[in-house]
Amino acid sequence: MNRIKVTVALTGLNNTDNPGPGVPVIRGIRDSALFDPRIVGLAYESMEPAIYMHDIVDHTYRIPYPSEGAEILIRKVLEINETEMIDVLIPNFDAELLAFMKAEQQLREAGIKTFLPRIEQFEERQKSNLPSFGKKYGINVPFSKEVVSQSDLDSLRDDFEYPLVVKGRYYDAYIAYNREQTGIYFSRVAAKWGLPVIIQEFVRGTEVNVVALGDGEGNTIGAVPMRKQYITDKGKAWSGVTLDDKRMLDLTHDLINATKWKGGMELELIRSEENKFFLIEINPRIPAWVYLAVGAGQNLPEALVKLALGMEVKPFKTYQTGKVFIRYSYDLITDIKEFEKLSMEGEL
Amino acid sequence: MEKKEFERPYIKKIRAGVPSKFGMPVQAEPVTHIDGVPVAELITDFGSPLFVISEKSIRRTYREALEAFRSRYPEVQFAWSYKTNYLDAVCRTYHSEGSWAEVVSGFEYDKALSNGIKGSQIIFNGPEKSRDDIVKATENNSLIHIDHFDELYMVTEVAETLGKKPRVAIRINMDTGIYPMWDRFGFNYENGEAWDAINRIMMTGKLELTGLHTHIGTYMLAVNAYAVAASKLADLAVRIERKYETSIKYIDMGGGFASRNTLKGAYLPGRDTVPSFDDYANAITGALLNSEINPGRLPLLILETGRALVDDAGYLLGTVLANKRLSDGRRSTIIDAGVNILFTSFWYEHEFYPAKHTSDHLEETTIYGPLCMNIDVLRESVAFPLLRRGDNFVVKRVGAYNMTQWMQFITLRPAVVMIDEAGKPHIIRERETVDTVTHNEIVPTHLKSE
Amino acid sequence: MNMKLKKNIALSESGFVFDPTTGDSYSLNQEAREVVRLMNEGKELSEITDYMVSIYNVGRNDFEKYFFDFASMLRQFRLLEDEQD
Repeated sequence: MNRIKVTVALTGLNNTDNPGPGVPVIRGIRDSALFDPRIVGLAYESMEPAIYMHDIVDHTYRIPYPSEGAEILIRKVLEINETEMIDVLIPNFDAELLAFMKAEQQLREAGIKTFLPRIEQFEERQKSNLPSFGKKYGINVPFSKEVVSQSDLDSLRDDFEYPLVVKGRYYDAYIAYNREQTGIYFSRVAAKWGLPVIIQEFVRGTEVNVVALGDGEGNTIGAVPMRKQYITDKGKAWSGVTLDDKRMLDLTHDLINATKWKGGMELELIRSEENKFFLIEINPRIPAWVYLAVGAGQNLPEALVKLALGMEVKPFKTYQTGKVFIRYSYDLITDIKEFEKLSMEGEL
Repeated sequence: MEKKEFERPYIKKIRAGVPSKFGMPVQAEPVTHIDGVPVAELITDFGSPLFVISEKSIRRTYREALEAFRSRYPEVQFAWSYKTNYLDAVCRTYHSEGSWAEVVSGFEYDKALSNGIKGSQIIFNGPEKSRDDIVKATENNSLIHIDHFDELYMVTEVAETLGKKPRVAIRINMDTGIYPMWDRFGFNYENGEAWDAINRIMMTGKLELTGLHTHIGTYMLAVNAYAVAASKLADLAVRIERKYETSIKYIDMGGGFASRNTLKGAYLPGRDTVPSFDDYANAITGALLNSEINPGRLPLLILETGRALVDDAGYLLGTVLANKRLSDGRRSTIIDAGVNILFTSFWYEHEFYPAKHTSDHLEETTIYGPLCMNIDVLRESVAFPLLRRGDNFVVKRVGAYNMTQWMQFITLRPAVVMIDEAGKPHIIRERETVDTVTHNEIVPTHLKSE
Repeated sequence: MNMKLKKNIALSESGFVFDPTTGDSYSLNQEAREVVRLMNEGKELSEITDYMVSIYNVGRNDFEKYFFDFASMLRQFRLLEDEQD
């Protein structure tokens, strides 16, 4: 069978020690028996490793940060589209999602298909809205509060016990054991991701995660639960194992059904010491460990491309438990000439 | 042979990074014209710096906001928030669109009257009303929004003395899930103080309780807080009706809608994240329509939004005075407009644009004002093209609060020009002169020369 | 006064400069490239100015002001050979 030619553009090429999901998503798409993909990388920075991995990414373009404004970002993507004729765009960076969701229609008119959560879904699961989200969908969530200044931290005494978790609007989470640490982490997170900063109750237990894909009609196309086995000092999974846990899957299916979730998602859960599940975060995109799901039998990146193209996708019924991923680092050798080309011409 | 356009020789260090908050700077499109009038011409004709107000933008934004509410709710009235921008030409533009006046001092009250607004269409807010102000407002049948119990007793006393029944509303503060909670203005909802104030007004019978008012905060990004506030006011309206068999005439939701400026510390720009008028209207009208208020007797909905209506209509034009390298090699640009005329630069990352295309290169630049004061910084760090001495720039979205909070300090305040709908500029406030400042000064005889 | 880029620094066609001593990279605009080329040819400021004002629409005083600013950046980045007065 002839494979279908498709041009997929992605961000998140930063598979560093705090990895973006770009490379694993690309690997999933390249594993596909159905597609013959051309991969267009969209990079915010010149040192995102996948830019220089020419067997992973065919061609990379620099794009402006979402903090420069959605309009400029979308204009640049449309400009790239004139050369590349992008079929499917998969944004992998939390801070850019809103811009791409708002531009969905505009991108579609230019022939670029996306498969992203709807804005209401995206907004209601924001970290700061998590308490009301939990209430609405009947899910346990830790108590949390937004703070906007150092002086707000003094009033936390009434609502929190230490330790507590200090979280950035888009990324980063630190556990603070006293007022001083809370202040330090507040400044660190605020400087990097802006205000507000979220203070969350610390729930003791084991962190478990689910990667899932919703079709926007309430059906779960795929879902694979995982437990991190080894965690880096940035709190990122360095290795993990697929789990067989019906309660986690039920929770995922119920949530996708109730929210009619569209697109990829990652659920971050804590299994408490009393064996209760607490939802601590919903990431509205595919996580960086998605290749474990591919390896366990659910090629979710391929399914996402199919959904974006409007193809029929049958839900995955099974996956293999006990599959393990272990990340490794690898020194790619390139030349300053490649860096020069990207820096001066904005593409490589 | 024609000479080539010259750009300053320029070297830039290339950062080799992975994604972070501060990314690749992008080309700033120049703002060459405002409503069809060239920026350079405005500066030649009216001086630099210069505030410019677009009448077209005021009217367009106003109509957009009105439409957002009117399409969802039967009776809607806007009241122009004088403190946001009380230049007479600006106020009169809003009044000509049908807006009432919302004032917070005797000075603003008199300004509203002189702008031709009827006393009955002035809402008198704020904690600072003198007895004389209240007498005047009562005689003019204005809407007095009571802020605290001391004021309530004063208004009652004025009513007795004049033998008139003033039309009043009470301002109510409440928990809408927003931090900080504005509890310094008005009577609190949760602790029963507001209900207490309502009962005192109703029992004495000396005042006519016409409305309920709240104003939950400023630059509010969470539209849901308005829904919470509207339903709490609706609850009070229902309780009043149940207990006293009288319905209040209006609910005043105040203002606080965000403009599209970017707050300091925000990651995404305001123009991408700020809710639209439709979002605010949806939250407020939805809460009122879904409340227990009898649908046949829905109160008038009053809005006092200022910032979101006028911010986009204002521009600040100016000129580069000098460029300078700081000790660490960073670039700085000194302009002729300082923080004393652009107060909002203390909390916004204002958008600076060149007034003509000068260079494709942007450099991380600190923008300083002309004051001989260390605090005079308009942008700590902005990717800005290499403007030369004498080049003009434009700051967008400065229509709110700057032309009222500006301060005469070290230099004189600039002129303000309004461009009418036909594209004709009119001077609406002249550039100050030495006489503007010294006019009220009196030198004792013994210090006079001769 | 005679300023030159350090010998081991190469300026590419595109305006890209890589400093192998520090590992830093830089980009130069067209005007800066011409100025660096003239500097490397050992031209004096007056000669560089003559050339630039003949090609570009810029006055002598203005050019000199920008030249010194540019030179101070080169110095800041430690890209110049040790200067001899």
